[in-house]
Amino acid sequence: MTYILVLEQILNGLQLGVMLFLMAAGLTLVFGVMGLINLAHGSLYMVGAFAAAAVAGWTGSFLLALIASLAAAAAAGALMELVVIRRLYQRDHLDQVLATFALILIFSEGTRWLFGSFPLFLDVPSHLSGPVSLPGGIEYPLYRLTIILIGLAIAAGLFLLIARTRIGIQIRAGEADREMIAALGVDISKLYTLVFALGAALAGLAGALVGAIQSVQVGMGEPVLILAFVVIVIGGIGSIKGALAGALLVGMTDTLGGVFLPQLFAVFMDPASAASAGASLASMLIYILMAAILLVRPSGLYGGSA
Amino acid sequence: MKTIRMLAMAAAIPALAAAAQAETKIGMITTLSGGGAGLGVDVRDGFMLAIEQDGRDGVEVVIEDDQRKPDAAVQIADRMIQSEKVDILTGIIWSNLAMAVVPAATAQGVFYLSPNAGPSALAGKRCHPNYFNVAWQNDNLHEAAGAYANEAGLKNSFILAPNYPAGKDALTGYKRMYGGELAGEIYTKLGQTDYAAEIAQIRASGADSVYFFLPGGMGISFLKQYAGSGVDLPVVGPAFSFDQGILQAVGEAALGVKNTSQWNKDIDNAANAAFVSAFQEKYGRLPSLYASQGYDTANLILSALDKAEASDQDAFRAALQAAEFDSVRGDFKFGSNHHPVQDIYVREVIKEGDVFTNKIIATGLSDHADAYAGECKM
Amino acid sequence: MMLTRERLLNWAMIAALLIVPLAAWSLDEPFIITLATKAAILALAGVGLNIALGLGGMISLGHAAFFGIGGYAMGILAAHAQNYEPLFAWPFLFEGSNQMPLIWLVAVVFSALAALVIGALSLRTSGVYFIMITLAFGQMLYYFAISWSAYGGEDGLSIWVRNEFPGLNTLDPIQFFAIAYVILCLALVFAARLARSPFGLALAAARQNEDRVEAVGLTPFTLRLIAFVISGAITGLAGALFADLNRFVSPTMLSWHTSGEIMIFVILGGVGRLYGPVAGAALYIMLEHLLGGISDYWQIFLGLLLLLIVLFARGGLIGALAGREKAHG
Repeated sequence: MTYILVLEQILNGLQLGVMLFLMAAGLTLVFGVMGLINLAHGSLYMVGAFAAAAVAGWTGSFLLALIASLAAAAAAGALMELVVIRRLYQRDHLDQVLATFALILIFSEGTRWLFGSFPLFLDVPSHLSGPVSLPGGIEYPLYRLTIILIGLAIAAGLFLLIARTRIGIQIRAGEADREMIAALGVDISKLYTLVFALGAALAGLAGALVGAIQSVQVGMGEPVLILAFVVIVIGGIGSIKGALAGALLVGMTDTLGGVFLPQLFAVFMDPASAASAGASLASMLIYILMAAILLVRPSGLYGGSA
Repeated sequence: MKTIRMLAMAAAIPALAAAAQAETKIGMITTLSGGGAGLGVDVRDGFMLAIEQDGRDGVEVVIEDDQRKPDAAVQIADRMIQSEKVDILTGIIWSNLAMAVVPAATAQGVFYLSPNAGPSALAGKRCHPNYFNVAWQNDNLHEAAGAYANEAGLKNSFILAPNYPAGKDALTGYKRMYGGELAGEIYTKLGQTDYAAEIAQIRASGADSVYFFLPGGMGISFLKQYAGSGVDLPVVGPAFSFDQGILQAVGEAALGVKNTSQWNKDIDNAANAAFVSAFQEKYGRLPSLYASQGYDTANLILSALDKAEASDQDAFRAALQAAEFDSVRGDFKFGSNHHPVQDIYVREVIKEGDVFTNKIIATGLSDHADAYAGECKM
Repeated sequence: MMLTRERLLNWAMIAALLIVPLAAWSLDEPFIITLATKAAILALAGVGLNIALGLGGMISLGHAAFFGIGGYAMGILAAHAQNYEPLFAWPFLFEGSNQMPLIWLVAVVFSALAALVIGALSLRTSGVYFIMITLAFGQMLYYFAISWSAYGGEDGLSIWVRNEFPGLNTLDPIQFFAIAYVILCLALVFAARLARSPFGLALAAARQNEDRVEAVGLTPFTLRLIAFVISGAITGLAGALFADLNRFVSPTMLSWHTSGEIMIFVILGGVGRLYGPVAGAALYIMLEHLLGGISDYWQIFLGLLLLLIVLFARGGLIGALAGREKAHG
């Protein structure tokens, strides 16, 4: 095990963490401001990826594809909010879980109806493909490095948005006291639609960015959705800071656990069964992490009251 | 669940024969919705093409969607056997669904012909006289890849597969034939989409080649990320990650990859040429491996029906075992455990115009049977 | 006993669930019986979840864990019995079993134990955190089952012949239905008595006002934990029956989609309504059966229908047919 490999794996963990943050930011905002638990957030991730693949197919431009993913996911999100979600704010979590579960069914099968059952093609643009050499002799894929940078930039932008802008103030006020900001004359339903569309756009962007190095297919959002939930629960629901901390923690744990657990097991087992046993434990690791954190801090790292 | 009933036209059959022929009912349980529906659609389309081309009277096919859920598949099978009274079942894509359906179906006296899955238990200890596999035993393509690695002079392979039974069978199959060293052996998470960590390990391992079994979306993700990583070791895989349906989604990243398959569209025989052009004409796309397996399965059934009725079980079984039909793979015969004994080829991914496809470059294993036949006592 | 509309409806439903398969039996339509059996078993799983959800107010998105543990209890015991491989040799030789009563006992004990552990840990949290942590425990078991190759991993475990029940031929669809139906009825009686018992009333009180319950000297945590264990045990029993219906168990039973589906049965029928899961499971299976015939994309319609029910028909099917419920009872 060389230190270069370890560093490279840390970068990989960072990249996964940054992607999870894009997903988790929207989820946690929507929960923080509207008190809504949205299982269909993964569908918006899928919408972004499909929109990007379709536009890249027509125009050949990756940049246009990214813009399309933002636009399509934001539009789908706004539509979802206007038609369904806004009827759920006053309901209990149970109704929210069920209604958004129903939305997953509609979005998944609807996408399959539109685009067919086979995965779509979306590739890394040529000027971003291939590896770059980093200081210390690490060869790292340029595209993944770009994802890390885009993700960190968006995280910074989001923090600025919330700390410095008018909308940010309204969002924070909404988190603190929902009735109050309505009383202050803020157009609350517009704010809600905006926040929901913003979260959706981030999820769509994540889907498009990841779609270029993974496969664009129906159901791609669900595994990410579950990870994103783990992230916001670890971080404390409603907290953007918590979402970032949780995302990086989950990204690192999942990546490093998957690499090092089998090697750890190989110290006292034969290689084949160590590979298998290590992989089994690694796949459960983030859930164990989440359970452990909730036992110590029942409302997550940065959570106030749930 | 969708039901399609298909009654073939009577026109082509002489009146006498038609009168003598009893109705044969075939139940097809396959995956037509949700993730993985593409494979089921291809098997169905290949199968129905053969049935339509044949056009005989008295063959009815009932098709139902299993949604890739074992419990749904079991219930459809129960219904087809109990209510619809089918003679023959076929269609299942996934090993876990086959394990759930096949033993109970054959125990109830129905024939089952597998157009895709070939779990080792059904080839060995749990084999059954009424179970025939028309595709391959699960290990076969991996064994051929191991044999090809030896021939190509690869001496230090890095191998990976998902951590589930078919993944373990895959690596076992590869190692059974492969004679070189292993630079590493990794089991990934089922459904995993990011392979950065594994690729970093491959880079650090000093391997001279990579063998992977990652079906469906997992393989697409792996190949795209591998192509972007700057690691340029030769890659070998089974056909599943390089087949017609999936190849367009992988794109350039797959070009030049060697993969093993018992079928390709350029196998030179009349049946195959006719199949490829008829399939393209009817469905407007190139046939996949799965479509070829569905097509062969239907033609095998029809060839056996020429000799015996399905209700005459012993005669029908003997007719299936004889396998006297024009397979699109060329030579085809069954071993003692009702699994194929066949050639397995090595293909290379190429680009024809705008379409990614495969061409055969070598034969991996000739007249290859599976490793479990000895355990089958029937 | 007052004859409310809801009570009449409940009787009609439970009678219909008996009459339909009997009619199918006389008409020799065994598949309808299989469907009815499936409905009865899934309703049983829903009755279990409803004790946590409706009575205790605990939104568990991890009940697939107990359903799956019940399934695996059946799979593991029966697989050992059918292969003559001892499950353990100490303190006594045990070769597994194909006797349903013993399998049920094991399923109930193990799913109750799992519910005790998961509940004790999860109930430290509340609200969304509770939903998510139960989901996480479910996923943990799901990934464990996938990689547990000794019992088939992702492929699952197949049982060749359905397990036995003394005096009955379980392979006969109508007799197996009878077993599932009787168990469902017993569970419904049990759930009804539980809701009316001092324990049930205290639990419902804890759901509505925690402080008041604490003031009379009860700890809501203990009340909820006991309810969660009972709930898990009943769902586990349903899991064992479901595995026997299919003669097959696989990690799919543990996936979060299964948790979602069990929840759908409860909510389709009406949360907190005793017979809600029966109505919900029956409706779900009818929908699956009928819509599936119309289109490959039938899940779109299922999703739309669910959405409409959640948005506009609160109280579910029973709520729509029987009108608003008067508090519990």
